[in-house]
Amino acid sequence: MPKQQANWSPYDNNGGSCVAIAGADYCVIAADTRMSTGYNILTRDYSKICKLADKCVMASSGFQADVKALQKHLAARHLIYQHQHNKQMSCPAMAQLLSNTLYYKRFFPYYSFNVLGGLDNEGKGCVFTYDAVGSYEKVGYSSQGSGSTLIMPFLDNQLKSPSPLLLPVQDAVTPLAEAEAVDLVKTVFASASERDIYTGDKLEIVVINADGIRREYMDLRKD
Amino acid sequence: MFRNQYDTDVTTWSPAGRLFQVEYAMEAVKQGSAAIGLRSKTHIVLGCVNKANSELSSHQKKIFKVDDHIGVAIAGLTADGRVLSRYMRNECINYSFTYESPLPVGRLVVQLADKAQVCTQRSWKRPYGVGLLVAGLDESGAHLYYNCPSGNYFEYQAFAIGSRSQAAKTYLERRFESFTDASRDDLVKDALMAIRETLQGETLKSSVCTIAVVGVGEPFHILDQATVQQMIDAFEIVGEQEGPAAAAGQEASAEPEAEQGGAAAGEGVAPMDI
Repeated sequence: MPKQQANWSPYDNNGGSCVAIAGADYCVIAADTRMSTGYNILTRDYSKICKLADKCVMASSGFQADVKALQKHLAARHLIYQHQHNKQMSCPAMAQLLSNTLYYKRFFPYYSFNVLGGLDNEGKGCVFTYDAVGSYEKVGYSSQGSGSTLIMPFLDNQLKSPSPLLLPVQDAVTPLAEAEAVDLVKTVFASASERDIYTGDKLEIVVINADGIRREYMDLRKD
Repeated sequence: MFRNQYDTDVTTWSPAGRLFQVEYAMEAVKQGSAAIGLRSKTHIVLGCVNKANSELSSHQKKIFKVDDHIGVAIAGLTADGRVLSRYMRNECINYSFTYESPLPVGRLVVQLADKAQVCTQRSWKRPYGVGLLVAGLDESGAHLYYNCPSGNYFEYQAFAIGSRSQAAKTYLERRFESFTDASRDDLVKDALMAIRETLQGETLKSSVCTIAVVGVGEPFHILDQATVQQMIDAFEIVGEQEGPAAAAGQEASAEPEAEQGGAAAGEGVAPMDI
């Protein structure tokens, strides 16, 4: 009998795409609502977006069981922070916490590809993008997930964020208005749904600005 | 209290079957500034007197939010209270994480009581010197519990702990039958009145007291000073009208204090058997 290889994996990929765009005084975070496994659809109505703090929202694609566990973990840590500091966590603080939490499981990672979006302490939009083990960067926009290879080049074309390595340091946030950014996100997902089989069904858009948090939905292709 | 030869450590019984260290811990609760709690069918109100060490210092925090549906007011060693609040917060977070639902108040107070009991049966520990009024809302309704350093806990309709709490307790005993169906605002007013009783003549201002509310559709929160002052002003006017009645009330409250002094000298009943 030939040597048997392990054929059970603790991970699965539930597909889907996430996008976040930072503006001067707003932040747009969006993700599709399709959850798949292999070539099958598990549900057309699953939210990948989670509100972590008053002005901080995370969208994650990948293995949704790990995503759920990660969200619960961060929510519990946020409660502890509130008890100790008597205030909500800021987006940059949550960004660091997420990075540390991911790296903590460096040798059995959360299979979760995250984008964190929100407003910083000055009310400016900020987006942080992560890999599965916590490497992160503050950017003006980002996408993760199965459709990110289709979405990211298009965002680069439209938003052209300057390299953070250049001096003098340039603002990463986009000069687009909030409504324009939301339209861009809708266009981007409509295009991604055309070619990525794991992206589709419905688009959930969350917009954070000084007035609070707003949620919007848009139908996508169901095939 | 006079010195005993059986009071050196908590693991020594007295011949009368008492643990003096635990009783001394209960004394520490009586030394702390007053905290009161009262509940209706849908709301629980906690209140406490803010006592500052000196005019220069701030007052100690005596009311803690434990979770959206649970809060606690403490009297006694506030440091011990802080540590226990942290424990309670942790327990609530862990329970929510595992069961995706709020920790029932009755479970929390039992865990707290068991934790306190451990300290009455270890020679290298000392009992917690703090009494806790735990206010919480769960599926079975509104609850108010009192947790002692002894590891006992009791459920109350209304209760007061700390120094001069007897005055508040007398007021609450007079009024408690109306609490079950009282409105939220009436409950807060009763809490303020009870606190006023413990102040013994000192003017009731929002800087002297702290009030917190938890109820159906209302997560636990501490009322801000402006709101509290408004409510004080609203009924202080009524208080003035009841001048003769208030004077009679003060005379009545002088008597229970004399009784309390007599009971301490008598030492007939062990304090744990409340």
